[in-house]
Amino acid sequence: MHDLAPLTALGHAAPWTDQIGGMAITERPQIALASVTARQGREPTCRQTLTTWLGDGPPPPGKALLRDPFSALWMGPDQWIVAADYDAHERLADELKAKLKQAASITEQTDAWVCFDVSGDRVVDLCERLCPAPARRMQTGDAQRTTVHQMGCFLVCLKQSEEMRFIGPRSSAGSLYHALVTAADAIV
Amino acid sequence: MTQANRVPGGQIDRSKTLKFNFDAKQYTGHPGDTLASALLANGIRLMGRSFKYHRPRGPLTAGSEEPNALVELRGGARQEPNTRATTTELYDGLWARSQNRLGSLRFDLLAINDRFSNFLTAGFYYKTFMWPAAFWEKLYEPIIRRAAGLGSLSLKADPDSYDKGFLHCDLLVIGAGPSGLMAALTAGRAGADVILADEDFRFGGRLNSETLSIADQPGADWAAGAVAELAGLPNVRLMPRTTVIGAFDHGIYSAVERVSDHLHSPDPGKPRQILWRIYSRDTVLCAGATERPIAFDNNDRPGIMLGAAVRTYVNRFGAAPAQRIALFTQSDDGHRTARDLIAKGIKVAAVIDVRKEAPRDGAYETLPGAQVVDTRGRMGLTFVEVRLPGGDTRLIECGALGVSGGWNPNVHLTCHQRGRPIWNNALSAFVPGESLPPGMLVAGAAKGEMSTAAALRSGAQAARKALGLKGRLPVLPEAEDADVTAPPFWYVQGAERAWLDQQNDVTVKDVKLSHQEGFRAVEHLKRYTTLGMATDQGKTSNLGGLAIMAELAGKSIPEVGTTIFRPPYTPVALAAFAGRAVGQDFHPTRKTPSHFWAKERGAVFVEVGNWLRAQWFPLPHETHWRESVDREVLGTRASVGVCDVTTLGKIDVQGEDAATFLNRVYCNGFAKLAVGRTRYGLMLREDGIAMDDGTAARLAEDHFVITTTTANAVSVYRHMEFVRQCLFPDLDVQLISTTEAWAQFAVAGPNARRVLQKIVDPEFDLSNEAFPFMACGSITVCGGLRARLFRISFSGELAYEIAVPTRYGDALIRRIMAAGAEFDIVPYGTEALGVMRIEKGHATGNELNGTTTALNLGMGRMVSKAKDSIGSVLSQREGLTAPDALHQVGLKPLNPDDTVPAGAHLMAATGPIDAAHDQGYVTSACYSPNLGHHIALGFLKGGAARLGEVLRLVSPLTGVETRVEVVSAHFIDPEGERLRA
Amino acid sequence: MIIDHPLLGPRDSAEFTYLGDASLIDRPDGMAETAAEAFYAYQYLRDNPAGLHRELWYHEAGDRSWLVVTRDTVTHEIISVELARDVARARGRSR
Repeated sequence: MHDLAPLTALGHAAPWTDQIGGMAITERPQIALASVTARQGREPTCRQTLTTWLGDGPPPPGKALLRDPFSALWMGPDQWIVAADYDAHERLADELKAKLKQAASITEQTDAWVCFDVSGDRVVDLCERLCPAPARRMQTGDAQRTTVHQMGCFLVCLKQSEEMRFIGPRSSAGSLYHALVTAADAIV
Repeated sequence: MTQANRVPGGQIDRSKTLKFNFDAKQYTGHPGDTLASALLANGIRLMGRSFKYHRPRGPLTAGSEEPNALVELRGGARQEPNTRATTTELYDGLWARSQNRLGSLRFDLLAINDRFSNFLTAGFYYKTFMWPAAFWEKLYEPIIRRAAGLGSLSLKADPDSYDKGFLHCDLLVIGAGPSGLMAALTAGRAGADVILADEDFRFGGRLNSETLSIADQPGADWAAGAVAELAGLPNVRLMPRTTVIGAFDHGIYSAVERVSDHLHSPDPGKPRQILWRIYSRDTVLCAGATERPIAFDNNDRPGIMLGAAVRTYVNRFGAAPAQRIALFTQSDDGHRTARDLIAKGIKVAAVIDVRKEAPRDGAYETLPGAQVVDTRGRMGLTFVEVRLPGGDTRLIECGALGVSGGWNPNVHLTCHQRGRPIWNNALSAFVPGESLPPGMLVAGAAKGEMSTAAALRSGAQAARKALGLKGRLPVLPEAEDADVTAPPFWYVQGAERAWLDQQNDVTVKDVKLSHQEGFRAVEHLKRYTTLGMATDQGKTSNLGGLAIMAELAGKSIPEVGTTIFRPPYTPVALAAFAGRAVGQDFHPTRKTPSHFWAKERGAVFVEVGNWLRAQWFPLPHETHWRESVDREVLGTRASVGVCDVTTLGKIDVQGEDAATFLNRVYCNGFAKLAVGRTRYGLMLREDGIAMDDGTAARLAEDHFVITTTTANAVSVYRHMEFVRQCLFPDLDVQLISTTEAWAQFAVAGPNARRVLQKIVDPEFDLSNEAFPFMACGSITVCGGLRARLFRISFSGELAYEIAVPTRYGDALIRRIMAAGAEFDIVPYGTEALGVMRIEKGHATGNELNGTTTALNLGMGRMVSKAKDSIGSVLSQREGLTAPDALHQVGLKPLNPDDTVPAGAHLMAATGPIDAAHDQGYVTSACYSPNLGHHIALGFLKGGAARLGEVLRLVSPLTGVETRVEVVSAHFIDPEGERLRA
Repeated sequence: MIIDHPLLGPRDSAEFTYLGDASLIDRPDGMAETAAEAFYAYQYLRDNPAGLHRELWYHEAGDRSWLVVTRDTVTHEIISVELARDVARARGRSR
């Protein structure tokens, strides 16, 4: 076992959390991510294998599959991001490659992203200050790419009108966090 | 006596009193007042001085179309010039100051301009200030600059914050007068997602200013009831204080919400304003209409205002502009005003009606067929001079005059996408044209449906049409349905100093001058006279000017045309467009994995695009950056250094055809690159110009990781996806960016291997035989952490780049530093990185500058002719392969103390110094601590054959002329022995 | 503008990067005898219609698909949106 200590995207040993009015903004570093892109002519095999792996079909455009132990987001044509608990599946990319073999190209994406969960009864108002995604109309399980202050993010509706997950570029975590907190201050 | 001009009623809260300050005097008003209504209630008619002539002015209107009553609102850093007093909500402690006067508002020294009006007519600056030429810069321009403009800026940083926001709806209703309220009710009751926006702080539009009834209630009460119902519908969003400023493509609208402007200052954390981007499926424009004045001599005195504005002040705000008011009208509107005044106990001096068959009312005097030909009262109206039908004149005493010249539908937003309005003869006004922005309908007065009943009907119809509701219109509340049309009356014959555009001081005389001088097309009229170019954009003056030009030109008004309307509908603070993207937040900040560690070590950072990179790591005793950078360079080449190179783009390329694909995008060959090997790659643009360079590492048959420069990471990825999807869609290749996912550090110097051997797990052999120059592979470090190792070198030293998942980057660099301590490892930043690569002659963005080719870079032979790759064909064209093409060379100053500034040009040793004799230019330069003098890279015509030649280095702009020698670009270790150690 | 992505539905054009004429898909064969002439035309000759234009947009802030959009350059009306990959294949592009 290696002895290197990880740092969160915000640069701390432990994940950050904030309470602003009735809203909670929580950093979630313990999410392993891997990209799965079907190879040419192997799309049905890739889909089938993923279905078995996830316990349900890989999500269509605009959707997320929110399940235990694996979730997935649609990323592009025949392309998904698979998520799992980091401690249990730190080597998620390797696990998926072993299963999918030549049917797909896999990359480790865990540390390309930072995840912030925002919950509270004004979370939709917050989203309306931050990005053009139609947050008010999003239902649990809806997910889409959007932009927050020039940062390309995923917005995942974990619970309609109550909890949203922002997945943004890790190197800009400080800016994304600042955007969330500033918007929360503006609306409470 | 305070508030001497208050009259009963109005939508103000008399139970609360607000204190405010205007021009250093204290006044009182009530919640619900505007600054203008409160001033009028206090007997103040004088609120400003005009732009050019500094004539005393008062409010012409009661709304956002106001040209005169512009004030500086708030002091200190929040001072806002050119704020309309007519739309400024009164709050306790409001502080405002009049503008555009030298001295005081009453005693303005620049009023002398009015006496020189003959010399200050339209376009006077085209004919004056020409001679002597020298006077322009020193005398005329400073004077004009001081005199120009209206209000002043504080020049302090804006302490407020501004948000942006995004909304979606099925129906956007713009304007909350009777048609807008009805449209919103119709759509809201049907369950649609509705947004109802109005610039005013109170919904209701003209219903708040008129004494008309709807369904046996006062119009204002009906409006309040409608608002209450809408507020209770969860699918309706009410947005008062929100101006929809522009109609953009495909149902996208822009709106500014004034969140805090009606408060003394914003609550902590709250924005002052929000710029909303509204995505609407359909829109109903219910923007109402704006009244137009009549032009007559001296029609601009304080107290002279639009008739509908008189009704607004009296009915909505309970403030009389004067105790004795005359009306000048071309329709029944003036009589409506008279009746409303009498109902409030205000004396009506007379109704001067241009129509011979004017209605008569026992309660006040009517003068049919009469016209106002002049006025008295410089600081405030005292008399109007009326010409009666017989030719006699009569002086009528009054403190205010309400002028009613008809109504102009507010068609502006219908024209934001190149639409033109069409002329409606019955209304003598422009109405929305045929071509509306897709998805937009118009209702109410904005459409030319002028009565209250017509407004309610058309609002309901438009909403139903937008939602696709079929069947009969439901029963609508009863309201008046009067025909308001009357023959137009634009100006009094013989009028000269009759104002059209009161803000830019444009008169009837100026329009005549414009015609006389040949500026007759509507666009020329506008620009020659500046009619309609002020902050009010001619809302009360454009049509008057057009009408006069039409008469002079012998054309109809529609033949003269109309200028285009553009966003924003009313002025918007620039800060609202910036939103939160100001100062530190102008763009996102990207931090490298070693950022926090570098900060601890006191690194100086530099912005590289959005990234912050350590530029150098000064030691406490170092006082100049050269000390740090020289030390970092020397330390790395002498022993070992470490640098964070995470920012360079990393693109993961996988698939059966990965190698084939890379062979298409790089100009050099990749098909046969062995697994476990890395190769330098050069990408060309299709036109043959060098685009980017980097390395491609083959981790497996079907798996490469390629690098790009930091600056081009995004554009190279975009290009590769273009090639993959659009050019070769059947190649089995998949791409994804992994720039962020992996922390990557360069470890360089003679002791690099020794340091890494303490980090890399022992089962991986790092000997030169097992892991030679350009090897690559997946490894583990520090007892099992997955990592990747690449033996590539930018510095020219024995070097590696080691990558771990980003969350471990901080721990890894600390471990590398600890492992390197015995070798005096030195962290180095972008400056030292730059010095070392210049010493080695490695090209970067300075050399790949968008005009240079592989040939110029000395890599001409790298462009394979044996395969088809992007850019290879056009790289061979004549223009790019001339015998004297630029070649990259090294440059060394003859005098070792000389610098070699980047950007300087190269000239032959003798001969003229000019563009025609230009031999090339310097691209990168630095001091080389290894060589002890400055060096540079540059491009020189036919440079490959000119080694040893002495050239002149010139920078005429900065007065530099020195001598340099052309040398090999590879200053250090040209044979590459250190690389391969 | 709003671009109706074939897979994702209506998206703000701000999410995209514009490249240019969709004729860029028809890249000539670089190894052919007449390659130079063909590439001059491919790279530099363009129609510039006031009207319908087929053009390439890249969904940079979205799914990174390239799209072929048929847009009226005068009115900005967008008539059709297709995945560029499908258009490329239909035009005979392959390996």
